[in-house]
Amino acid sequence: MIAGISIYEILTVTSILFFIGVYGFITRKNLISILMSVELILNASIINFVVINKYLYPDMLQGVFFSIFIIAVAAAETALAISIIINLYRQIASVEVKDTEIMKY
Amino acid sequence: MDITYTILIPLIPLAVFLLLGIFNQKIKPAVSGIIGVAGLSTSALLSYYTAYQYFFVYGKVGGVYQAIVQKTTWMNFSDTLKIDMGVLIDPISVMMLIVVSTVSLMVHIYSRGYMKGDDGYTRFFAFLSLFSFSMFGLVLATNLFQIYIFWELVGVSSFLLIGYYYTKPSAVSAAKKAFIVTRFADLGFLIGILIIGYYTGTFDFETLNSVNHETGELALNWASTSFMGLSVIAWALILMFMGGAGKSAMFPLHIWLPDAMEGPTPVSALIHAATMVVAGVYLVARLFPMFYFVEDGYALNVVAYVGAFSSLLAAIIAITQTDIKRVLAFSTMSQIGYMMLALGVSKYEGHEGLGYMASMFHLFTHAMFKALLFLGAGSVIHAVHSNYLKDMGGLRKYMPITNITFLIAALAIAGFPLTSGFFSKDEILVAAFEHNKLIYFSGVLVAGLTAFYMFRLYFGIFWGKDTQYKHAPHESPISMTFPLMVLAFISLVGGFIPFSNYISADRAGFEAHLNYPLAAVAVSVGLIGIALAWVFYKKENDLASKFSNAFGVFYKWTYNKFYIDEVYLFVTKKIIFNLIAAPIAWFDKKYVDGTMEGIGNKTVVISNKIKGMQSGKVQDYAFGFVAGVVVLAMVFIYLWTN
Repeated sequence: MIAGISIYEILTVTSILFFIGVYGFITRKNLISILMSVELILNASIINFVVINKYLYPDMLQGVFFSIFIIAVAAAETALAISIIINLYRQIASVEVKDTEIMKY
Repeated sequence: MDITYTILIPLIPLAVFLLLGIFNQKIKPAVSGIIGVAGLSTSALLSYYTAYQYFFVYGKVGGVYQAIVQKTTWMNFSDTLKIDMGVLIDPISVMMLIVVSTVSLMVHIYSRGYMKGDDGYTRFFAFLSLFSFSMFGLVLATNLFQIYIFWELVGVSSFLLIGYYYTKPSAVSAAKKAFIVTRFADLGFLIGILIIGYYTGTFDFETLNSVNHETGELALNWASTSFMGLSVIAWALILMFMGGAGKSAMFPLHIWLPDAMEGPTPVSALIHAATMVVAGVYLVARLFPMFYFVEDGYALNVVAYVGAFSSLLAAIIAITQTDIKRVLAFSTMSQIGYMMLALGVSKYEGHEGLGYMASMFHLFTHAMFKALLFLGAGSVIHAVHSNYLKDMGGLRKYMPITNITFLIAALAIAGFPLTSGFFSKDEILVAAFEHNKLIYFSGVLVAGLTAFYMFRLYFGIFWGKDTQYKHAPHESPISMTFPLMVLAFISLVGGFIPFSNYISADRAGFEAHLNYPLAAVAVSVGLIGIALAWVFYKKENDLASKFSNAFGVFYKWTYNKFYIDEVYLFVTKKIIFNLIAAPIAWFDKKYVDGTMEGIGNKTVVISNKIKGMQSGKVQDYAFGFVAGVVVLAMVFIYLWTN
C-alpha cells in the first residue's frame, strides 16, 4: 500500500507498459528489440500480479510467488532466445527478422 | 455311390496348369509336354472309369439313369436360394467327360509334335490344362451359377489361346473379338440366371429340371409374371440361350469363330471345334426339361430356328472360303446348328425325345471327326506352311496317313454310310422330319452342302493341281499322326455305339432304329455333293471359276460372309460410337469432368491467392491475434454496456 497512489494509477501505468510491449513486438524488425518488447509485456504482467496482490489481498502471497516464477521463466527464456539469436547471427550475419525468413524453406 | 473322386477330373489339369504356369521358365519344354499329357491321361482314365461305372454298374435304377449329385454349399443367400459347388453325374455329363477328355488328350499328344520348337511351349501346355480344367468344371456343374463361373473361365482360356501368338496383331484382335462377342452374349446368360434365381428361388439343375410324372409338367412352381406376352421364365430361357448362342457361334453371334482360327491349330481343334463351342448345346440339353415345358417350348422353338438358320448360313459361306481353317470353322458352326435344331425339334418322352439323343450323339461324333479334321489340317499346314488352298494340291503323295485320316473324317461329316456321322446325322434328320418339315428340308440341304464343301477341301488339298513346293512336304511325326489314327478309328466305328440306350431326354433310354428311306435321302444328297466336288475339284479345271463367275454377286456376298462383319462394324463404329458413345463422351468430358476439374482448379487459384496469409512470421500472427482481441473486446464492451 503506497500512500497517495491508488491501484488505478498503477494499473494504468502497467497497461501502458503492456501495450508498448505489444506494439514493439509487432513492429520491430530486429530480433533483439522484439525480445526486449516481450520483456516489457512480461514485466507489465508481473507488476500487475504484485500490485493486485498488495492492494486487494494484502494478507496473501500467491501473487508475489507467481511474479518470482515468471521472472525465473523469463530469464531462462531470454537466455534461450539470446543463444538462438547468437547462433543465427553466426550463420547469416544478421539479426533482422526479414533475413530469418529463409528458415521457413 | 461315392463319386467324390470325380472332382479329381477337373482338379488334376488345374494342378498341372499351376505347376506349368508358375515354373514357366524353369521347366524344359520336353518335360512340360510330358507333364501335360500325363495329367490329362489321368483325367481321361478317371473319366472312362466313371463312364463305365455309371453306365454299366450303378447308374441305372429302375430303368432310369439317375442323376448323382455331390455338393457343398458355397454361398448362402436365403433359406432356399443358395449357390453350391459340386459334381453332377448324369448321362450327358458323363458323355461330355468322355468327349472332352478324349479330344483334349489327343490334342495334348498332337501338340507335342506341332508346337515343337515354339518359344511359348510351356505356356501353351499351361493354357491347354487351364482350358481342360474349366471345361471339365463346366460339364460337371451342379447349378446355374457354377456353370456360369466355368463358362467364363472357358472363355478366358479361349481368349488366351486365340491370342497365343500375341506378337501378331491379327491374333490379338481376334482374341479380343472372341472375348467381347461371347462376353456380350454372356450378359444375356447372366440376366437369365438372375431371373431364374429370382422367380424360382433356386439355381439347382436337379430342382429346376425335375418333372412331375403324373401331370407331365415341371414339378417346380413359380410366380407367373409375364413380360411382353411371354412368361419371364421363357424370357430367361431365351436370354440363357443367347449366352449359349454366343459360345456356340450361332447366328448372329457367330462372327468371332472364323477369326478365332488365328490361334494354333491344336487349339482350334480342341476349343473351337470339339469342346468349348458345344457348350451352348450342352447348356440347352442340360436345361432341356425347362426349355421343353415352359410356355409349350417357346424358347425351344427359338433354339430350333436359330440352329437351322445358322447351319444353312454357315454351310453356304463355307463353300467359298479359301482358308482351310476357316472352311472348317464355318463347318463347325453349321454342325452345331444341326445339334441345336435337333434339340429344338425334340420332345420329351421316350422315342419322341429322339432329337435330344440325336443332338448329343452328333455332339459326340462331331467332336471326334471335327477334331480329326482340324488336326489333319494342322498337319497339312505344318507341312506346307500356309493356310490357303491355293498353296496346296497333290499332297496325297507326300502325306499318306494324313490323307487317309482326313478322308475318313470328311466321309464321316458328309454322312457316308456306316461312318459315325451317318448315324448321328440320320437321327437328327429323322427327328426333324417327324416334327418340323421346314427344318428337315433345310437340314437335308445343309447335308448336301456339307458333303460338297468338305470334299472341295479334301480334293483341293490332297488331289487337284500338282503344286510345286519349294521344300518337299513330308508326313508329320508319329506324335502328330497317332492322334489322327485314334480319332479316325473312333470316327469310323463311333456310330455303332447304341447311344439311345444311354442318353435320352427322360433318361430312360429307348431303342433307336435307322429310318431307311430318310437315310437314303440324306446319303444320296451327300453323294451328290461329293460327286459335284469330284467333278469340280478332283482334277485342275476351270469349272469352279466359271460357276463362281456365273453366280457373280451371290458368290461375292458369300465370299465376304454376307458382310455380317461389316454390318457389325457399321452398327458399332458408325451408329453406336458416333451417335451414342461420342455425345456421351463429350458430355462426360465437358460437364462431368469439367465440374470436377473446375473445382480442383479453383481450389488451386484460391489457395495461391490466400497462401500469403500464412507467412510464418510470428509478428504478423501476433498482429492478427491482437487485432482480434481488440475487436472482441470492443464487441463485448458494446454488448455489456447495452
